[in-house]
Amino acid sequence: MDQTIITLTVNGTEVTQPVEPRICLADFLRGQLNLTGTHLGCEHGVCGACTVLVDGRAVRGCLMFAVQAHGLKVETVEGLAPDPQQLNPLQRAFMKHHGLQCGFCTPGILMTMTEFLRNNPAPGERDIREVLSGNICRCTGYEGIVAAVIEAAAEMRGEQTESSLLTETNPT
Amino acid sequence: MKAAPFRYHRPATQREALELLSQCENAKILAGGQSLVPMMNMRYVMADDVIDINRIGALTGIAIEDDHLLVGAMTRQSDLLNHQELKHRAPIFADALSYVGHMQTRNRGTIGGSLAHMDPASELIGLASMLDATITVESIQRGRRECAISTFAKYYFTPDIAPDELLTEVRFALPSGHHRHGFAEFSQRHGDFAIVGAAAIFETDIDKSISKARIVLIGVDAGPVRLSAAENILTGQKPTPDALRAAAETTQTLEYKGDGLVSADYRKRLARIMTARALEQAAGQPQRGT
Ligand code: FES
Ligand code: FES
Repeated sequence: MDQTIITLTVNGTEVTQPVEPRICLADFLRGQLNLTGTHLGCEHGVCGACTVLVDGRAVRGCLMFAVQAHGLKVETVEGLAPDPQQLNPLQRAFMKHHGLQCGFCTPGILMTMTEFLRNNPAPGERDIREVLSGNICRCTGYEGIVAAVIEAAAEMRGEQTESSLLTETNPT
Repeated sequence: MKAAPFRYHRPATQREALELLSQCENAKILAGGQSLVPMMNMRYVMADDVIDINRIGALTGIAIEDDHLLVGAMTRQSDLLNHQELKHRAPIFADALSYVGHMQTRNRGTIGGSLAHMDPASELIGLASMLDATITVESIQRGRRECAISTFAKYYFTPDIAPDELLTEVRFALPSGHHRHGFAEFSQRHGDFAIVGAAAIFETDIDKSISKARIVLIGVDAGPVRLSAAENILTGQKPTPDALRAAAETTQTLEYKGDGLVSADYRKRLARIMTARALEQAAGQPQRGT
């Protein structure tokens, strides 16, 4: 089938690739760019595992064709950590609060919360739960996730938390 | 689960999109894709040509003009939900939109897409019905055509749009400055399809009697159902508990259908309860349980 050449920015790097129009963005990231952190659970918009940011907004990577991302900026879970030795505050808080077990849903939830925390630096628990309703986790029971987001928000506002202290004394 | 192959078009202008639509035999318009792409992934829909209208800037925009709200077809649901002036002028939009899918789907999903998809459980179509919306569609052959929401639903998932027509704009009649609203919905999980939903807007006089009542049910028929009998009961009245109860009771004369999730009887019961809750919110009363 015919391929179209697309150019887009993925985690700050420009990439140009041929792609078949029917390939969804999540499959393109995984299959052609080898960015397998983005997962696919249902492939019809229900589970949220495929969530990535497109021009700063969280979207379902299974409900957008890769050709549609031509000229746009895509952010994936691989772009969150500042370097390979360190996690960002949100990731760190997930680790501390057991916000993940098997980790299948985690990249999607991290990306959802990345947009959410940019727009809502001081969210209430209710708002966090409402946003979380777009992602399904079959392991954690959500309590740890909610606690992690509350703590990450506090840390990102510059308040001292246990997990920020943790990284100060133990940089790995 | 992948979409079947298709030819992809990305027109830059509305004119180009309309030309493509008039030339292609089996084409689909791709707006936000939050309903179309799942159907393509599952191969309920197989299109030869997909016309992506996401880059037509002229189709996006929100404007409040006197007592009307104009929304371009490609306006994202998130943008309407977060529109500050609209939150102030008609807060029912933000309230109802918070039930439309989830943040990630609202970031892509569009107002025109929701109306053209015509899901019977659509909150936006309920709002359109309640606010006597006019929907503009355009084609190369016949130019601009305006449809009233009351005749827009032809059948389940079938709006009054011809294959060569593109939905371009929606105009809602906004309620007067002094009004209160209610919105209640029952679904399996917040953001899932409504099993039954109800919305109400009361415009009130100085003596607190209702000068205009608008009440709508979603999820119970192919299109939204305006509860005119209930509106008539309440118009000119004070929203006393008895009057509200009588208005909610009018839902029990409608016919209901069962589906894979709920029986007809259960849906009927939900219709009364959701309507009562929406009316009580609009009247500013604390909600009852049943
Ligand atoms: S894989 Fe995209 S929402 Fe489930
Ligand atoms: S951690 Fe296993 S699905 Fe969420």
